[in-house]
Amino acid sequence: MPARKKDTLFFDRPPLVAAWAAAGGKKESEGPLSSQFDFLTQDGGFSAQGCTDWEQAESLLQQQAAGLCLRKAGVARKDVQLTFAGDLQAQCTASNYTMRTLGTPFAGVYGACSTMAETLALAACFAACGLAQQALALTSSHFCTAERQFRTPLPYGAKRTPTAQWTATAAGACLVRAPGAAGVPVLSVTFGRVQDYAVRDINNMGAAMMPAAADTLLRYFDATGASPQDFDAIFTGDLGQVGGDLLREQMDKEGLPMPNHRDCGCLLYKVEEQNVQAGGSGAGCSAAVLCSHILPGLQAGQYRRVLFAATGALMSQTTFLQGESIPGIAHCIELGGAL
Amino acid sequence: MKLNPKQYAEMVKRASPSSPVWRDCAWAFGVGGGICALGEALRQLFLLWYDAALAGTLTSVSLIFLSTAVTLPGWYQKLAAHAGAGTLVPITGFANSVVSPAIEFKPEGWITGVGAKIFSIAGPVIAYGTLASFVWGVLYWLIGKVG
Repeated sequence: MPARKKDTLFFDRPPLVAAWAAAGGKKESEGPLSSQFDFLTQDGGFSAQGCTDWEQAESLLQQQAAGLCLRKAGVARKDVQLTFAGDLQAQCTASNYTMRTLGTPFAGVYGACSTMAETLALAACFAACGLAQQALALTSSHFCTAERQFRTPLPYGAKRTPTAQWTATAAGACLVRAPGAAGVPVLSVTFGRVQDYAVRDINNMGAAMMPAAADTLLRYFDATGASPQDFDAIFTGDLGQVGGDLLREQMDKEGLPMPNHRDCGCLLYKVEEQNVQAGGSGAGCSAAVLCSHILPGLQAGQYRRVLFAATGALMSQTTFLQGESIPGIAHCIELGGAL
Repeated sequence: MKLNPKQYAEMVKRASPSSPVWRDCAWAFGVGGGICALGEALRQLFLLWYDAALAGTLTSVSLIFLSTAVTLPGWYQKLAAHAGAGTLVPITGFANSVVSPAIEFKPEGWITGVGAKIFSIAGPVIAYGTLASFVWGVLYWLIGKVG
């Protein structure tokens, strides 16, 4: 039976990530992980398919990730018992419209950029308890839908600050199976608590989300007695350069230095060359890094035990304009070497 | 966690790189000045045929047209990413701020998309510009009464 210790849920018989797929757009195809993507397009608007708006384009990208993931797993849609999916669009419409096509039972999830960890953690819990033999975790983000929703129209001549992050045009999908099959085991999950340290700058989301990442990691280490050096790598997503530096500084202060820390926002792009300011962000960023780098690395034996802690900034355009600070959250997943 | 919001604000300030002010200013000066020089060249050209008032109007119209033309393929945004205030302040920036939402919100319809959103960026400038001119008008009137 799965067990709880403080905020961490342990799976004595771990559910398995049996298959995964990453999809991305043009900028992602120019990044360092491009060779590991399952689908890349130079046409982020999917105009060749007759798509006329960005919202539908994001949904099409998500469908690519979901379809490829199921194909790699050799699983038909009808055999997926539950899908957890979410994205950054208001009312999570990219996922809603994807699910119109996919047709599996669906629970929509909003965790901003932490959505990949949140959906994967939920899918793992359901699979571990036998409530689903096969559950799908799915998320995406699209630079163009995020810009028009949270910032300014795309053709508007605005200058970005050095602390801003670039919303990835990317999607990731993971198929989680009940214990016993082959795949990458999910050893534990830790659902995070909302942290708000009064950061109000929407152009410095890494700083807004760092306390959430630190808090969840500290709670995980406290619950398990593990320490950072027990892991080949500790991935956060997507603190970018600023938030990443702040996290390492904070963990030093806590007496748990993390030299093996890597941030998905800094892995998806060549940060110095690709004009992404402090790095990548968006729900699709950590999802794509998970599916194009972390899971393949665990499967290939490059990593044997890692933490994947995706972070999300939980404000809306309305609360931001009202001057509210930005609450952050981080969910942490412990992954082991492939079985 | 060994952290409080006040300490954290200090940490964030230290960790966040600031904008390269001198480089940004040089870009803004060069590009903004270039747009103004282009405007002056156009004005001199129009003066060959028209009087000063009409030449000025035609210059504004031409710059607005040019800004719209380079906004459509996304070039204005690419230039603005470097030029900042240099592309924002001249009349071309104002044109860009009207045209860009018009392009962006076309999928939401001509009335509820383009029509409703076209002044979403320029609107505050128009609203407070009108208010400022009203205030200045009252002051001007009062100065006339006193003087």
